[in-house]
Amino acid sequence: MSETPLLKVSSLSKFYGSRIGCQNVTFELWPGEVLAVVGESGSGKTTLLNCLATRLAPSAGSVEYRMRDGQFRDLYRMSEAERRFLMRTDWGFVHQNPADGLRMTVSAGANVGERLMAVGDRHYGKIRATATDWLGRVEIAEDRIDDQPRAFSGGMRQRLQIARNLVTSPRLVFMDEPTGGLDVSVQARLLDLLRGLVNDLGLAAIVVTHDLAVARLLSHRIMVMKDGHIVETGLTDRVLDDPQAPYTQLLVSSILQV
Amino acid sequence: MPTPLVVSDVAKSFTMHLRDGIRLPVVANVSFSIKAGECAVLGGPSGAGKSSILKMIYGNYAVDAGQIIVPYRDRLIDVAAADPRTMLGIRRDMIGYVSQFLRTVPRVAALDVVAEPLIARGVDRTGARDKAASLLAGLNLPERLWSLPPATFSGGEQQRVNIARGFITDHPILLLDEPTASLDAKNRDVVVSMIQQKKASGVAMLGIFHDEDVREAVADRIIDVTAFSVSNEAAA
Repeated sequence: MSETPLLKVSSLSKFYGSRIGCQNVTFELWPGEVLAVVGESGSGKTTLLNCLATRLAPSAGSVEYRMRDGQFRDLYRMSEAERRFLMRTDWGFVHQNPADGLRMTVSAGANVGERLMAVGDRHYGKIRATATDWLGRVEIAEDRIDDQPRAFSGGMRQRLQIARNLVTSPRLVFMDEPTGGLDVSVQARLLDLLRGLVNDLGLAAIVVTHDLAVARLLSHRIMVMKDGHIVETGLTDRVLDDPQAPYTQLLVSSILQV
Repeated sequence: MPTPLVVSDVAKSFTMHLRDGIRLPVVANVSFSIKAGECAVLGGPSGAGKSSILKMIYGNYAVDAGQIIVPYRDRLIDVAAADPRTMLGIRRDMIGYVSQFLRTVPRVAALDVVAEPLIARGVDRTGARDKAASLLAGLNLPERLWSLPPATFSGGEQQRVNIARGFITDHPILLLDEPTASLDAKNRDVVVSMIQQKKASGVAMLGIFHDEDVREAVADRIIDVTAFSVSNEAAA
């Protein structure tokens, strides 16, 4: 177990005019740790994710990331070019809608290979081999490598987006409702796949979801958000089996039993 | 080596915020300790708080008051106040737990469900799967089931997968929540001898067993949970 966190977030806030996006969020994320951020629509979880992933400038607070050289850098004191490089190499971002994270008019293989080229790979044969290997890991048949994601089903597109994000061996992956919009059987397959990859690669991940079953299956730790604030945080099974905050109790008791 | 598990003055209640904040006290002043190589059994009727005590020790339930002390990495850790990361480390290395019901994950084979805790501790996959296979064989789970996800197994089959998963590691502390409830006599005997082996190798165990024969066979002492129960008139 590593003794230094990967990400240190302190007093992070984002206001939209006088409205609160998220307020006073403080936490640390450790290597290999999967954190789920749960809450209903409008609770500020996506705002928080975007502030962490440098997609949205926060109004106050700081986000520090431990670079590969071991030094902590404040993300919002880096140059735009440095942030983009981090985003392309050391991080992944899995969007709810795969079309937001894929290039729909280039082939599946190129979608994966593009990330490799961004980190300096130039050898076509090697890139294609790695891309094929990754398509296999996300259970996309080899003979689909030259097809465009436009021709893929929603579940396949989402798996392709995951391959595209993980191919560069990122240390931190952000996921925004990664199983939203997929039907249940496709969801189960994707979750199982994600769970296996996260375990095998020792990834740290921040997963935003409104689905507590997804949080239960994927995460070690949960943060519950309401109206832009964190109302409860703790070990995933503790928060779900013995919720303390009134809002968490409401969320947990609202799950339909099958 | 320090005592593996010391529970002192632990209290637990549930506050139901959706029911006008009604407070349901469960237990208070729970105090006991378990020595290495000892199997203590929580006794008392249903609803006395036996499972809640196990869940607090495992960090699955929050603790209102008191301490649960476990030695971990040359330090004494209070589970009641441990942060999630420490608690995950304690679960990986110190405290094993066999729950009443298996929480299955879609698409993961029984053999891998059992091997997982060993792999998490750094054992190589082949070695972990070999050990998982020998445990499942010992528990008489038909080999044709090993490669299937346990979701469709019978209650007794799932319970045996759960037991194998809990017993595969050499955690110094093992919590057992009715591990024999849905087993036939033959497999109950297997579990009894597995518990006796754990005892002989110095594992501290705390269990709940409604089956009297099993309890007789494994318990070094009974901890009467009714002594910790909170009468309703004491509730605020």
